[in-house]
Amino acid sequence: MSGRFHICSLTALVAVALFVVMSISNSRVCYDFLGNDTPFQPKIDKLEHKNYVETIPSTEVKFEMIAIPGGTFLMGSPAKEAGRADDEGPQHPVQIRPFWMEKTETTWDEYDLYLKEKGVESPEENEKRVKADADAVTGPTKPYADETFGHGREGPRPVLCITHHAVMEYCRWLSAKTGKTYRLPTEAEWEYACRAGTTTAYSFGDDPQKLDEYAWYSKNAEDDTHPVAQKKPNPWGLFDMHGNVAEWCLDVYQKDYYSTFPADKLSLWPVKLPTKARFSHVARGGAWTDDAPKLRSAARLGSNKDWIKRDPQRPQSIWWLTDAEFVGFRIIRPVEEQDNLKGLRSPVTRESPDYDNPKK
Amino acid sequence: MRKESAPSSQSTRRDFLRTTAVAGTALAANWSLIGNVHAAGGDTIKVGLIGCGGRGSGAADNVLHSAPNVKIHALGDVFKDRLDGCRQTLQKIAANDPKIKELGNSVDVPDDRCFLGFDAYQNVIGSGVDYVILATPPGFRPSHLEAAVAAGKNIFTEKPVATDGPGIRKVLAAYEEANKKNLHIVAGTQRRHQASYLESLKRIHDGAIGNIVGGRAYWNQGELWVHPRQTGWSDMEYELRNWYHFVWLCGDHIVEQHVHNLDVINWAIGHPPVRAVGMGGRQVRTGPEYGQIFDHFAVDYEYPNGVHVMSMCRQIPGCENDVSEAVVGSKGYFQTKRGMEIVGETKWRYRSDGQDVDPYVQEHTDLIESIRAGKPINELKTVAESTLTAIMGRMSAYTGKAVKWDQALNSQEDLFPPKLAWDVTLPEPKVPQVGKEKLI
Repeated sequence: MSGRFHICSLTALVAVALFVVMSISNSRVCYDFLGNDTPFQPKIDKLEHKNYVETIPSTEVKFEMIAIPGGTFLMGSPAKEAGRADDEGPQHPVQIRPFWMEKTETTWDEYDLYLKEKGVESPEENEKRVKADADAVTGPTKPYADETFGHGREGPRPVLCITHHAVMEYCRWLSAKTGKTYRLPTEAEWEYACRAGTTTAYSFGDDPQKLDEYAWYSKNAEDDTHPVAQKKPNPWGLFDMHGNVAEWCLDVYQKDYYSTFPADKLSLWPVKLPTKARFSHVARGGAWTDDAPKLRSAARLGSNKDWIKRDPQRPQSIWWLTDAEFVGFRIIRPVEEQDNLKGLRSPVTRESPDYDNPKK
Repeated sequence: MRKESAPSSQSTRRDFLRTTAVAGTALAANWSLIGNVHAAGGDTIKVGLIGCGGRGSGAADNVLHSAPNVKIHALGDVFKDRLDGCRQTLQKIAANDPKIKELGNSVDVPDDRCFLGFDAYQNVIGSGVDYVILATPPGFRPSHLEAAVAAGKNIFTEKPVATDGPGIRKVLAAYEEANKKNLHIVAGTQRRHQASYLESLKRIHDGAIGNIVGGRAYWNQGELWVHPRQTGWSDMEYELRNWYHFVWLCGDHIVEQHVHNLDVINWAIGHPPVRAVGMGGRQVRTGPEYGQIFDHFAVDYEYPNGVHVMSMCRQIPGCENDVSEAVVGSKGYFQTKRGMEIVGETKWRYRSDGQDVDPYVQEHTDLIESIRAGKPINELKTVAESTLTAIMGRMSAYTGKAVKWDQALNSQEDLFPPKLAWDVTLPEPKVPQVGKEKLI
């Protein structure tokens, strides 16, 4: 009885507090965490949801979802971190809502089901599909090569070299299939889950010598991807957050993005929403091709046109990349979706420009 | 035409160097883009595109990125929707792409230089262009090459360059004629313009794997696109829109696609094969929309000195994929399945410095450099040989018989329809009956 009262009053208090201190700055939701004199203290909430196994309906394909508590963390890397790049700062405090994250990188076992069910013979087929039903899930055209680029499917191995758009449509397909909201993690969610409460360069500490225990990267990968979950997981049970394939995030990549955040206010679940441009989006965690610094929790990578350099068709594919054997993805499911991501879908079409700002 | 422009290019180059010294860094930056040829000073290259599908549009975009002073001047196709789509795509790219603007390139294709119909290629060739891109389905290539060479044009031709022996003989005749006229021709076997292959093949030719004793060439992938017949389509419209599945247009996938891998093997060995024994069939392509092409081939190619190369190509979903080549030598081997490496006495792996140029752009850069430097390049013979290598494998698989090089080259099997028109009745595509077909 008293416990129940306590929770109710706490909820009310938080609601009132949020209402009072929330401020909109640069169209981003922030609030003062404790006043300017107090250093930011990260805080991981009590975990109130559980891990589960998802079985894709009418198949035997399963994947595990790890419950990630809500909380706050300092996003980006400190200026003194070894191997750091400029786009990782300044560090800024961020609040994250609870979600589930796929325990491993998404494998061909999962993605192949989507290819089989929604793949099309021609782009016109997608156009017809959308004309008949605006919410229809579109699907990849047939690739003109080996879509695994010699890395294979078995193991199972992570999906690679597919576009951000393809992953977003895959998520819509999976959501419709399962009745749950699956999507790419925001860049903030990804880094929060990768760090798993740590503030070091990697989720196991600062020493790159230990990477071999946790990650596939240039030193041990022997120029190949590897089946998922062969190395040690991070403190929250997520495998291959460092290395194997870099992982697409929902956000548009902007090099100086972090300089737009306040350092003395907590930014609430930030995301830089995808636009109609094909590039550039964030990919995190580094890959089998990368050296140690690129695998750090804060290291950021932005996609670019070179990733599809060898697609000789125009318009180029919006589904398949040709020169990005290092990029894959994993999915998340929000416990409660934030408003600006509800119903979000990829705005990319075959008419999309390469970049929002061609002067770049 | 080229002969006239060669000396003037050289003087332009000297002028350009002087100009650069005065004008400073902006021009110098342009200069560095194409290396050791004159840059901003060159005559504008007017490009005509024949075949406005996805690949033709892509090749036009590639040439616009390849060198300064390039203009897309004319377009030709048989389908209005394809031509319009290509024109829009190119105009949009040219309006927005900073690299194209920086190079001073443009797309200038008014209505009167957009040609439709089976004679569109003639009209493009006659529209005042000096560089044509041939990107229609392969069956048309021999006659397009013949016409472009006859008119004295420099050519970028997509691969493959024919679908049958008579077509290959036409291409080889065009090769000789082009040499006489000092024309410049590059083919869309772009691996020959890709840094990683160039580095690797140089090592092989320098002896890194010793004497070549065998090899493998694979293009095993899932299914490809297909366009089933729509009501209202004539025979011709149907076969052209669904061209991949008709052997007169496509050559079958061993010719249309696997030619890339076979080309690498021929390049490494330095000689085309002397004999082929192949097999193949249609395991999943059973419906009428798949015309008569196969979905898998396996061919044993014999090269001089008893060297054998295993070739496989498959377009069936749910199977082991592999698009790669391997060359085995007395001192090691070379493989391209994942990355590119030489293993054996020499241990080497290609490492990109991250600056690799798109090979689809590089092939145009190489062609334009050869034009502007007045040093003819002519890839028609090698691409014709690689195409015939694939045709020879197909002939063996279709008939079940061994096929020698000369038999393929002198084949009397002419796959092209006697008349090209929208209203002709085309014969029902006949799926080859392996073991019963005659070798023609």
